[in-house]
Amino acid sequence: MHSRVLLWSALGLALLLVMPWLLLQALPQNQAQFWTANILGRGIVFGIIAMSLTFLATYGGFISLAQMMVAGVAGYTLAIFVDGAVPRIAGGLGYGLAIPLAILAATVMGLIVGAIAVRTRDIYLLMITLALAMGIFRFIETNIAWFNGYEGIRNVVGPDVFGFDFRNAYVFYYIALGTAGALYFGVLYLVRTPFGLVLQGIRDNPRRVAALGYAVGPHRIAAFGVAGFIAGCGGVLATIYNIGISPGSIGLGATVNVLIMSVIGGLGHPIGAFVGSLVFTFFDTFSASIYDRERFNTLIGVVFLVIVLLSPDGLLGAGARLRKMLGGRDAP
Amino acid sequence: MDLAATIALNGLTLAALYFIVASGFSLIFGLMRVVNMAHGSLYLVAAYVGYAVFEPLYDRDLWYAWYAGLAAGIVCAAISGALMQRLLLGWMQGQELRQALVTIGVSIIVADQLLAFYGGNPRQFFAPDAIFGATQLPGLGGYPTFRLVQIGIAVAVGVGLWLLLNRTRLGMMIRAGVDDRDMLGACGVNVPLVGVAVFALGAALAGLGGVIGATAQPLAQGVDGRFLLVSLVVVIVGGMGSVPGTAVGAILIGLAEQIGQAIFPTYSVVLSFVIMVAVLATRPQGILGRA
Amino acid sequence: MTFSLSRRTALMGTGALLATPAFAQRAPIRLGGLATLEGPFATGGQDGFRCVQMELERINNTVGGRRIEFIRESSNAQADVALARARKLIEQDNVDIILGPLSGAEGIALRDYSRTLTGKTIVNGSSGAADTTLRNPSTNFFRFNTDGTQWMAGLGNHVFRTMGIRDVAIVAGDYAFPYAQVFGFNIEFCRAGGRTTHYWAPLGTTDFGSQIAQINRSDVGALVVVHGGTDGLAFMTQYAQAGGNKPLIAGSIMADQSMLSARGPHRRVMVGMISSGPIADVIDDQSWRDYVERYRRRWLNEGGFQSPSIHGVNYATNLAGILTALAAVDGDLSGNQAAFQRALAAARFKAPTGADVRLDHNRQAISDIFINRVEERDGRAQVVAFSRANGINQTLNTPEAAFLALGSPSRDNPGCVPAAT
Repeated sequence: MHSRVLLWSALGLALLLVMPWLLLQALPQNQAQFWTANILGRGIVFGIIAMSLTFLATYGGFISLAQMMVAGVAGYTLAIFVDGAVPRIAGGLGYGLAIPLAILAATVMGLIVGAIAVRTRDIYLLMITLALAMGIFRFIETNIAWFNGYEGIRNVVGPDVFGFDFRNAYVFYYIALGTAGALYFGVLYLVRTPFGLVLQGIRDNPRRVAALGYAVGPHRIAAFGVAGFIAGCGGVLATIYNIGISPGSIGLGATVNVLIMSVIGGLGHPIGAFVGSLVFTFFDTFSASIYDRERFNTLIGVVFLVIVLLSPDGLLGAGARLRKMLGGRDAP
Repeated sequence: MDLAATIALNGLTLAALYFIVASGFSLIFGLMRVVNMAHGSLYLVAAYVGYAVFEPLYDRDLWYAWYAGLAAGIVCAAISGALMQRLLLGWMQGQELRQALVTIGVSIIVADQLLAFYGGNPRQFFAPDAIFGATQLPGLGGYPTFRLVQIGIAVAVGVGLWLLLNRTRLGMMIRAGVDDRDMLGACGVNVPLVGVAVFALGAALAGLGGVIGATAQPLAQGVDGRFLLVSLVVVIVGGMGSVPGTAVGAILIGLAEQIGQAIFPTYSVVLSFVIMVAVLATRPQGILGRA
Repeated sequence: MTFSLSRRTALMGTGALLATPAFAQRAPIRLGGLATLEGPFATGGQDGFRCVQMELERINNTVGGRRIEFIRESSNAQADVALARARKLIEQDNVDIILGPLSGAEGIALRDYSRTLTGKTIVNGSSGAADTTLRNPSTNFFRFNTDGTQWMAGLGNHVFRTMGIRDVAIVAGDYAFPYAQVFGFNIEFCRAGGRTTHYWAPLGTTDFGSQIAQINRSDVGALVVVHGGTDGLAFMTQYAQAGGNKPLIAGSIMADQSMLSARGPHRRVMVGMISSGPIADVIDDQSWRDYVERYRRRWLNEGGFQSPSIHGVNYATNLAGILTALAAVDGDLSGNQAAFQRALAAARFKAPTGADVRLDHNRQAISDIFINRVEERDGRAQVVAFSRANGINQTLNTPEAAFLALGSPSRDNPGCVPAAT
């Protein structure tokens, strides 16, 4: 089972690696670039944030709605400390220092969310993480001194990476893909370590795990820390992609969007996050042609609702069932 | 001094509105274990439909325009709530997370369709003359009458819910259902029907809140999210599923918002979330919630 | 491919001849429109597109001998969404020019994005943050509408000198657009000797009860309301319900048809309110009367207002800038749009309101501002212009260096500089 997942994941990664080249063969240059950066690249970046939610859901059994906010903490930390951002809040750091600091901040915020929510589960956790996320969102939106309020912080253009400009569509794409790949395989590795096994044990039966002598609370909080780290990586990339960050990036709409991506893809495996985010990005970009630009939310809402009603384990689950129906041997 | 009293009264009147809306959320959660993320949408639907009924009548200067809008809003919300439970949520009873996700889907679609249908213009009800304008209060001078009416309605809702839950057969079934659904079913009670009734009642309260709220504050897109969050915070603070807890939560949050606005306006919105985190840290089940 | 020269390319000499094959001249110009059609600002975006569509219909989608293809996109007033849509317009839909966006943060995001583009032009829609063009301007971002600070020109002096009011309470939203408006008001009012007390409230505040209680107990001579949209409606309603009776002064998006056409108790207290801004419902100008008439004929039965909103007119004004420049270069966008952008920078035309429009060195409009009063006319409340300040530039006709030295408008820097200069 595990080796097959790895095989498919490697195949998917290989496909994504050559996608920019394939697109160039099929489309005019500017459109190929658009697809590379603004559909695949953007999808992968939000897939990372969605994966932090999926990670908690798959292996911890929590649906946390705070993940977009946690990603935003990374984005804001970066924007506050990096040189060149407008307006200058603190400044003084290059990207080499500001990015690790941002990811650290998101990890800490993940731990804080975990500590606050540690005694709750299921829908309570959903409610509390949502309320927490909105509290932080409102704080950021109204704070001028540190977050520049409603307008946010702009002009976070990103570093030069080994002489390549981050703003180049292909540089951005491969950095996003590399980050996503590393995090994804990192998660697959992590869940097979003792920590990951205890975490899954807690998901299935917390009392038994506690009886075995493991501390349930700290493990849960640590899982939120890991998710915070993942979300932080996504938040940094999203902020550079958007050339800045404003409260809208972490508001109720953005929070729900990340949930939609995770659920559409499927909460049963981290890969679902990327499936969902790519589908979401595609709809988001082309709803004008598919249905009606102004009614994008209805379209995505219906897709979301249909998935929740018919296939609660998302497209992944639907795919697995389809294979089974078609007589595949290998239903998981 | 009279300023402090006015601010406290403002806090209480705001709390009254929050209580009306959040009590429906709390009720549905208490019995059905459903976190109805579409609660704000029910508020919005009731307010828009109520307004559509209200406006032509008001144009013809009919005294009952507002009352008709109120009734239409409540009925419409109740029916929507019942349909949601009957068609979407009832058959996945027990899958709490999935139900919450379904209501999120519903709220996305409803909000967008309301925008398509009614546009982005803000609207507001005129209260009837009898409860419009200002009332002279001893020591305070003129105070908006409608805000006082809000308190009256909230008290009526609170007392009504208490009587319903403690003095009627339906209430008995509801309370029994909270403790043990299966046993209730085994006693020959039509549990799904009770579920639909509870959902309709909770939605009707959202609808009542919608029309009252849209008379006190403008009605516009985005209000659904606001009142959903208010309901969440009030219920988390007060205690999940407890009506007295909802009242306590609403009073705390309402007062915090108004006092915060007077003393440190910029961060007043954050104060309610600080209260929430403080309560969670010390009493995760909420102030009056059962552990 | 047929090789025939249009008159224009033949006249333009070999450079243009090499750069643009003749068929490109006949290909349509692709104009991308970006406005807010989702979320709480949807009303303004809808009206913006109404005015754009009306103008394109009038010119039969043709300028300088080329057809204009208009491609719409919408955002939800969030910077990152506006950016995603702009990228789609430029890269996927391959538009030549973007007309938009609507709100302040979006404008700054697109200004930054425009820097990364070559051979493309972004012309603002209706966003009004001063810093979009005042600080760190971008060479291919143009704005033919005036900004939030400019809109207050003349109001502070009117309140102090003509109305004789010496101190005011200012209620305003706690974010950049109201900062800019308060700044514009205070610069004149405080310089004249006036005193101000500020009551800030976060965006999205719906219950102003406690602020209103404080204001009604103070003895200020007038109340300046710089809220807009839903917040503005909430404030005015509650002010009316609390029996407020101070003379009212208003920011530019308060005295607007989107507010006056909404039902509610606020309308009673709004009659007599003084405001300023780039438009009014009634302006003593024939071209504006014609424009309003056309707008009403076209849109009154399709969801339009009694007269165009501020966002509608801003979009129309910016579109007029684009069309003026396109006509000047005969629709020629060759050479990375260099000639077109020069024509934009040099464009002079009249906005639908009859105001003269030209650009400064930052590609920001210099134009006329109206001072208005809300009056009952034809059985409904209308904003009537009774005075006009001509040729207001972005620094309110003060020396640019001195204006920039005042710093960016903010809660802590509301522009109240005493008369010492």
